[in-house]
Amino acid sequence: MVEKTPILDLLTYIFLVLGICVVGFPIFYALIAATLPIEMVSRVPMPLLFGDQFGANIQAAWHRGNLGTLLFNSFVMAAGITLGKIAVSMLGAFSIVYFDYRLRAVAFASVFCTLMLPVEVRILPTYEVAANLLGPVQVLVDLLHIETLVNWFLQNDIQIRLELSLLDSYPGLILPLVASATCTFLFRQFFLTVPEELCEAAKMDGAGPMLFLRKILFPLSKTNIAALVVIEFVYGWNQYLWPLLITTRREMTTAVIGLQHLIPDVDDIPDWNVALAGALIVMLPPVLVVLFMQRWFVKGLVEREK
Amino acid sequence: MIKRAHFKARFLPYLLILPQILVTLTFFYWPAVQGILQSMMISNPFGGRDQWVWFDNFKDLFTDPLYLKSLVITLGFSAATALTALLVGLFIASQANRALKAKAAIRTLLIWPYAVAPAISGILWLFLLHPNYGVVAFFLKRTLGIDWNPILDGFDALVMIVLASAWKQISYNFVFFLAGFQAIPHSLIEAAAMDGAGPTRRFWTIILPLLSPTLFFLMVMNIIYAFFDTFGVIHTITQGGPAGMTTTLVYKVYKDGFVGLNLGSSAAQSVVLMTLIILITVLQFKYVERKVQYAG
Repeated sequence: MVEKTPILDLLTYIFLVLGICVVGFPIFYALIAATLPIEMVSRVPMPLLFGDQFGANIQAAWHRGNLGTLLFNSFVMAAGITLGKIAVSMLGAFSIVYFDYRLRAVAFASVFCTLMLPVEVRILPTYEVAANLLGPVQVLVDLLHIETLVNWFLQNDIQIRLELSLLDSYPGLILPLVASATCTFLFRQFFLTVPEELCEAAKMDGAGPMLFLRKILFPLSKTNIAALVVIEFVYGWNQYLWPLLITTRREMTTAVIGLQHLIPDVDDIPDWNVALAGALIVMLPPVLVVLFMQRWFVKGLVEREK
Repeated sequence: MIKRAHFKARFLPYLLILPQILVTLTFFYWPAVQGILQSMMISNPFGGRDQWVWFDNFKDLFTDPLYLKSLVITLGFSAATALTALLVGLFIASQANRALKAKAAIRTLLIWPYAVAPAISGILWLFLLHPNYGVVAFFLKRTLGIDWNPILDGFDALVMIVLASAWKQISYNFVFFLAGFQAIPHSLIEAAAMDGAGPTRRFWTIILPLLSPTLFFLMVMNIIYAFFDTFGVIHTITQGGPAGMTTTLVYKVYKDGFVGLNLGSSAAQSVVLMTLIILITVLQFKYVERKVQYAG
């Protein structure tokens, strides 16, 4: 800083250490609990020393929570949302920024109306769509009396019932959450800052739009994509409400939801050591992603503001 | 806006935007319309056709003491969560900005709770605050004589979900505040120092006003977070109880719609939430426009 303030500097570091301790304490405490046997963890206050039961607790949590399957589901969901969002929104933004066509303004407006409308506010109707993806088509069929038309044409009595359920499936976990305009908006903002000369040069050299996208725009977007990968992976991994609704079978839910079955009730055996070991396993992947890709993550997060 | 140099093609642009439009139509517009229609109907519990009741569901909603209670709880909960997370985040970021050494290490140590799922944050805090096994509950009882019990006492439970929700959001706020601090031109601070303003005075008269766009943005984001993303915390550790003291609006939509199967009321609640978030977004965009003009 500008002037020398030794006392204030000392205070700064004290406050920082204090802040880090307060922020880190819940995890630190959980980490200790996860290494203790059950008799130690249910003693109040729990001893603040690491025990030697970490492996056993992790194993117990893994088996009881069926974490192998659930972590795999979480991974598929998070990766699917990440890839889906980035692919869909990059192509969409490319179309909006680099092409001139009649319905451009309509497409733009209809996508951006959905900005910031989370799935939480429209859960029930979205659930109904996912339960029968062809519901809209069915309404159309009923409305236009296609059934009567077909029956008259074939001289037969057929009932048209279109059904395609996404419940308990990976597409059901992924697709509704891919519908988001935030990424498209980010890509659009970025594409607008790309120098005009690049496209002019590419056109002059005879490159078509797809070649331009692949050879020039994509390499330029790499840091943005890295940032989005971190943010969307964490977002996808930590989803709660949607996977809770869309899955009914225990082996199709995600790890974050599966954890709930590990928390001991008031009347149960208080095996918090196992519950916390499970919690640590489940939070590890997104924490690692954030820590190892910190630079892009911070950049991406802060740029979302604009 | 469109680029000056752009491509001309007949079908390609439609093909490129098709996935986005399809996903948006099926999972946004269609459900939104369905939700609005359903909010004006009551379903017949014995099967058969739904009955069209216009705005009766909304009328019932705003005369239902349980819904009004949930509304008050949500407002209080969001304000408390946002305020806690913002103040702690701002304080830690201001300190981290003053630190000369180990900046990267400090940032790393403060950033990771962002990646923890709200539901897991709930589990961690339940363990700390558990009436029988929690260390915090134990010390509260021994030193202050407070009989802390978030499992039976509604207010204690509310405090618990505020703590669990705010904790996770601190690192998000910290990242933005730190970036905001670092964007403030050093020359301004030096000029103020020359004029004799000490560190505290500089913070209140220069840094904080320049930080106000970040502050406003984070306020909006924190309120949205508290409204919508804290469902995981509540569902994992309190399930809306005890005595409905932690039933926020989103949790009530879920409970009435999926557990109580009162579809009309649940849809009406969704519409209320949609209106709310559209208002917040419009407000934010208006402000962002002002900010751009101010800057440029």
